[in-house]
Amino acid sequence: MSEQDISAALQQQVLNALNNETPLNICGSGSKSFLGNVNHSAQAIEVTGHSGIVEYDPRELVLTARSGTPLSKIESVLAEAGQMLAFEPPHFGNGATLGGTVACGLSGPRRPYSGSARDFVLGCKLLNGQGDILSFGGQVMKNVAGYDVSRLMVGAYGTLGILLDISLKVLPRSPESITLARKCNAAEAITSMSTLLSQPYPVDAACYNDELLYIRISGSSRAVKEARAKISGEGISEADGFWNSLREHELQFFKNKTPLFRIMVKPATPPLAIKGSWLLDWGGAQRWLYSDEDVEQIRRQVELVGGHVAVFRGELNGREKLQPLPASSLIIHQRLKSSFDPKCIFNRGRLYPTL
Amino acid sequence: MSNQKINISLINSLKNLLPAESVLIDAEDLHPFECDGLAVYRQLPMVVVLPETIEQVQSIMRLCHTHKVQVVARGAGTGLSGGALPLADGVLLSMAKFKRILNIDPLNAMATVQPGVRNLAISEAVAAHGLYYAPDPSSQIACTIGGNVAENSGGVHCLKYGLTVHNVLMLKVVTMEGDLLTIGSETLDSPGYDLLALMHGSEGLLGIIVEVTVKLLAKPERAQVVLAAFDDVGKAGEAVGAIIAAGIIPAGLEMMDKLAIQAAEDFVHAGYPREAEAILLCELDGTEGEVSEYIALVRKILIDSGATEVRTAVDEAERQLFWKGRKSAFPAVGRISPDYYCMDGTIPRRHLPHVLQRISELSAEYKLAVANVFHAGDGNLHPLILFDANKAGELENAEEIGARILQLCVEVGGTITGEHGVGIEKIDQMCVQFKNKELTQFHEVKAAFDPSGLLNPGKAIPTLHRCAEFGSMHVHHGQIKHPELERF
Repeated sequence: MSEQDISAALQQQVLNALNNETPLNICGSGSKSFLGNVNHSAQAIEVTGHSGIVEYDPRELVLTARSGTPLSKIESVLAEAGQMLAFEPPHFGNGATLGGTVACGLSGPRRPYSGSARDFVLGCKLLNGQGDILSFGGQVMKNVAGYDVSRLMVGAYGTLGILLDISLKVLPRSPESITLARKCNAAEAITSMSTLLSQPYPVDAACYNDELLYIRISGSSRAVKEARAKISGEGISEADGFWNSLREHELQFFKNKTPLFRIMVKPATPPLAIKGSWLLDWGGAQRWLYSDEDVEQIRRQVELVGGHVAVFRGELNGREKLQPLPASSLIIHQRLKSSFDPKCIFNRGRLYPTL
Repeated sequence: MSNQKINISLINSLKNLLPAESVLIDAEDLHPFECDGLAVYRQLPMVVVLPETIEQVQSIMRLCHTHKVQVVARGAGTGLSGGALPLADGVLLSMAKFKRILNIDPLNAMATVQPGVRNLAISEAVAAHGLYYAPDPSSQIACTIGGNVAENSGGVHCLKYGLTVHNVLMLKVVTMEGDLLTIGSETLDSPGYDLLALMHGSEGLLGIIVEVTVKLLAKPERAQVVLAAFDDVGKAGEAVGAIIAAGIIPAGLEMMDKLAIQAAEDFVHAGYPREAEAILLCELDGTEGEVSEYIALVRKILIDSGATEVRTAVDEAERQLFWKGRKSAFPAVGRISPDYYCMDGTIPRRHLPHVLQRISELSAEYKLAVANVFHAGDGNLHPLILFDANKAGELENAEEIGARILQLCVEVGGTITGEHGVGIEKIDQMCVQFKNKELTQFHEVKAAFDPSGLLNPGKAIPTLHRCAEFGSMHVHHGQIKHPELERF
């Protein structure tokens, strides 16, 4: 794919859409089109052409790329320099772009230990709903000039504007990594995973699937060796393949019949009494559930333990897929939306019906 | 300055809401609140209120909203950019009475505290569980977590462990209208927009933080620090890049130049080499063996980068002493100069030699010494400009050097403030870093939270009018418009 800056062309398309009050559906590769509520009747605005790594100096631990740059391209360039995107983003498709990854705010198994997509965003160039190109944040790790608008874009699903360029903090890859597995029940797994939160070992992923607890340990050779001596479990082969399959939802577990619920709770929350099949990721903090139970029923139970629920895959006959917002928060969301996108042209309804 | 304006009806209503000792209006009671850590700006507020419950904060805000009275929130007052500077006709809302740790949850590695809890007190309270709260601004003995959120404070360990924004899960916030919002959650993410990110570093312009839930980390098994001396600051800068390039993320990586080294050494006798042009402090933490492994690696990199001396702290006491020198750098400089002005720009690290060279040229041009302390790992520079406010013109010169240093940071792709905030101090430099359309967007973000614009107005985000005025005065490459005119 040719690397080019098409921000001027995108800006013109947004200005045209503004003139005609045409709603736009921001399209990358489409790898995440199953998330949220896509308005298929809106006009597509293609951003994959806005591609290429703009700046990358491994010594600065910062990479800046255009939003249409394939995630795989970024990952391979980083890998050549011994670095990585530490939030281990899922691709959910071959063509996944950086822009879609950031807009959807998705992070992989390392998230509880290294941080989320939002934690690594340092700055962005944004095409807002008035057709203006604005820059926020920068290419440095510490920056408190102005509100943190770049991080606000993470997980906003494009409803506040089109991400043009994004700067990310990157980190060195760990020299060594092993994965230990052992058989136990869900309650024991949860206790083990949360106990590890106060242990000084370089655990960088933990999940419980199919009666097995998996702990990944990554760091220097000495650190991995020392941790291995303290954490029980048998080393598994093909560990990279396992974590990739978990991240990409390609494990056998994910071949279930939808809907797939994403349930966020405090990591030490004991197993919830909701019927269905469960996989616990993020050390127990992100739980995947296939269930025929009613979504409102599931929400009530999860809210009781301070959590929230989204329908990640599958449809619910037009019912709200994301956890509804309290009225006081929704007002602020609506005001923010109209400040960035007053005519509501971007990804209308993708996140919530009124945004 | 005492151009306060008294709103009798508001004060009477405040006295109905709060106990008498929590509403201060006498000048002698107001003086402790006239400035924050940036003492060159002072202003007495109309009234200081000291609520102790969330309900009281809500009532105060509703009252002020009804009376259209401006509100400035204040934590410990350690801020360095004048963000808590009171307004003559405004209410100063002190959160000093919100000092309780509400819940420690070791299994979920989190703690919920009131905003007036001191940064260090959190780590002390959770230490028994093998946990700590990572961000450690130099003022951590005194500064409070509410202020840390408002400023998105950093510290010497943020290269590895992140800023405040990376270590807070949930906030309770009271809006200008008196509504109580929960922002973020006890889980790792929350539905909707990332309002939690917006609140961090918002400098009291969006809401009053009344409760904070922080993420806790496991205390490392061991921490060790290496001190390296260099005969050239450029070589020290290169060494920083070489450590990062080797795939090592130190827990702390700090640089000091000669003037800062000597001031610190004279003050705390940390054992720094007084003759060095620069020193680096590199802290490694982790498991026992891991630290040994990395110390050996870092020592080799430092020697290969031309260090004239490399010393590993022999014990915990020496490690603490090495850090004491660094953490005392500001007061140490305060001892050798009647006044100093601390800047806070951040630059991409590769520009360090160029930026330090320009700073030394500016120092010569204005005949004011500049000491440099530097969070080298993340590019955050703290030039300390030495001056004497009693000498005519020195304060103005110090401010002018400061402004030019910040413009230099922007020119090389950096920012005017890494961790101290904009406040009142750097408000004009915001006009250099951002265009009008971006500033307009910032004002609209504020209006989404505070449509009445009564929360800490005049700070952090300049009006376009102010930028237009500043632009007409703007000194570009030393060329001032109308050089024939005298300026005061």
